[in-house]
Amino acid sequence: MNELLSLLEHDARRPLPELAAILKRSEYEIEKDLKTLENERIILGYNTLIDWNKAGTDKVTAFIEVNLTPQRDVGFDAIADRISRFDEVRSVYLMSGNFDLLVIVEESSLQAIADFIAQRLATIDGVTSTRSHFMLRPYKKDGLLTGPKERDHRLVVSP
Amino acid sequence: MSLDWNARISPTVRAVPPSGIRKFFDIAAEMEDVISLGVGEPDFVTPWTIRESCIYGLEQGRTAYTANRGLPELRAEIARHKKEQHGLGYDPKTDILVTVGVSEALDIALRAMLAPGDEVLIPEPCYVSYKACAMMAGGVAVPVPARIENEFRVTADDLEAHITGRTRVLLIGYPNNPTGAVMRREHLMELARFAEAHDLLVISDEIYGDLTYGDEPHVSFAALPGMQERTLLLDGFSKAYAMTGWRIGYALGAPELIAAMTKIHQYTMLCAPITAQLAAVEALRRGAKYRDKMVAEYNLRRGFIYRGLTKLGLSCFEPKGAFYIFPDIRSTGLSDQEFAEKLLMSEHVALVPGSAFGDCGQGYVRCSYATSLEKIDEALARIGHFLARHT
Repeated sequence: MNELLSLLEHDARRPLPELAAILKRSEYEIEKDLKTLENERIILGYNTLIDWNKAGTDKVTAFIEVNLTPQRDVGFDAIADRISRFDEVRSVYLMSGNFDLLVIVEESSLQAIADFIAQRLATIDGVTSTRSHFMLRPYKKDGLLTGPKERDHRLVVSP
Repeated sequence: MSLDWNARISPTVRAVPPSGIRKFFDIAAEMEDVISLGVGEPDFVTPWTIRESCIYGLEQGRTAYTANRGLPELRAEIARHKKEQHGLGYDPKTDILVTVGVSEALDIALRAMLAPGDEVLIPEPCYVSYKACAMMAGGVAVPVPARIENEFRVTADDLEAHITGRTRVLLIGYPNNPTGAVMRREHLMELARFAEAHDLLVISDEIYGDLTYGDEPHVSFAALPGMQERTLLLDGFSKAYAMTGWRIGYALGAPELIAAMTKIHQYTMLCAPITAQLAAVEALRRGAKYRDKMVAEYNLRRGFIYRGLTKLGLSCFEPKGAFYIFPDIRSTGLSDQEFAEKLLMSEHVALVPGSAFGDCGQGYVRCSYATSLEKIDEALARIGHFLARHT
């Protein structure tokens, strides 16, 4: 299974026949494994990594440090879940250190993010403070460099 | 000794037939592996931001009654929304009533308008409540069959044939459940002239208004020249914002009519639940992008199911609104009831016989495409399998 996952990790679009050939198994078996991995939520999805700004669509990303008052029995989980469900929120992590949650928000404008923080996030019972950092430029995103495609510098024929 | 319940139940209520939709769902509910194209509600859950605003309201202790007419901030948002959508001006203080779904609005509207024996023109096929509500309000429901040649749009000529001295109200619902038909401006203008000529009040149920596909946006009946005063516009949150279970709708109309409806509403319902009203405020403030996303998804499925059914040889017109398609199944030689029953029993696909929506729905079935593409695909395959044995 982990071999299959490694093959898909950086290219979710690898065709089934190719996967089957590499792993020396039938397409049917691979398909079944994929279903299992999806059902067990080991594979969470098959997103496409897009540089929206390059595509001409404005996106603003903010990294928000959030401090919370933990709640009895559930600790940080209930509030983290509540925050996670907002569409604007791309990622939520529980952190060690000076703050509790790192919330990554993506929206079309600064104004939209400000609205989200002031009206939604900061007003949640248990959120004691927020501190926002706006992303200026991505250099690498989820393991992928964002710059131009790298050329093959090798000679056409070499010993 | 047991009571004679037949004599104890009001004759008005006894005269109302039970809903033809429910019967099927009781059978389908017992089956495993059923694909349902029978459900008249979105398969999306309410967008989180709307749900969360309700949770927030509860945390803040917003649990009391509201004004009879609804939260002032909700009425203000509704007024703003209708201004933006159709350029219509409604005064939040006098022209708007927030109700428990459009269902309640329809009920109290008819009760406010009708004297015993007054007639209501109801184009069919139509939503199952229209006739029943008119009857329970003491009125007489006069069904007017819309014709397939007109893609199930009702025309002034159709209506003219049913007008009498007792006709008081015209009740229309476009985009239409169950046919997916829409009325464009020119079609509505014809009805507007008809309503004016016969001095009728018009109830326009526009709950599917946001679910209109293609380049031409939905035209509200109230926005036609001279029609705002005689039109009671009904709308709600169930379909566009996937909020069916919240039960929240609203009526917009002349202050006198809204005041009369409010009188019934305050004595019977008091107010719509505050939790749902708070969520509705959020839907109007921040829900548009989620609504648009859902509409885009329905549109995708609409094309898919239309092509699928046509390819299977079932004739149907391309629906332009709501999330239903209404194929003609007469080529199978089965009645719509038989078709729906046999399809459910042999292929485990649930849909609703057209006759549940009026006699002129006979020979048609309603398929809802408020379900995932994957399921629609499977349902089409099963219907294809079924048709192979019945044509």
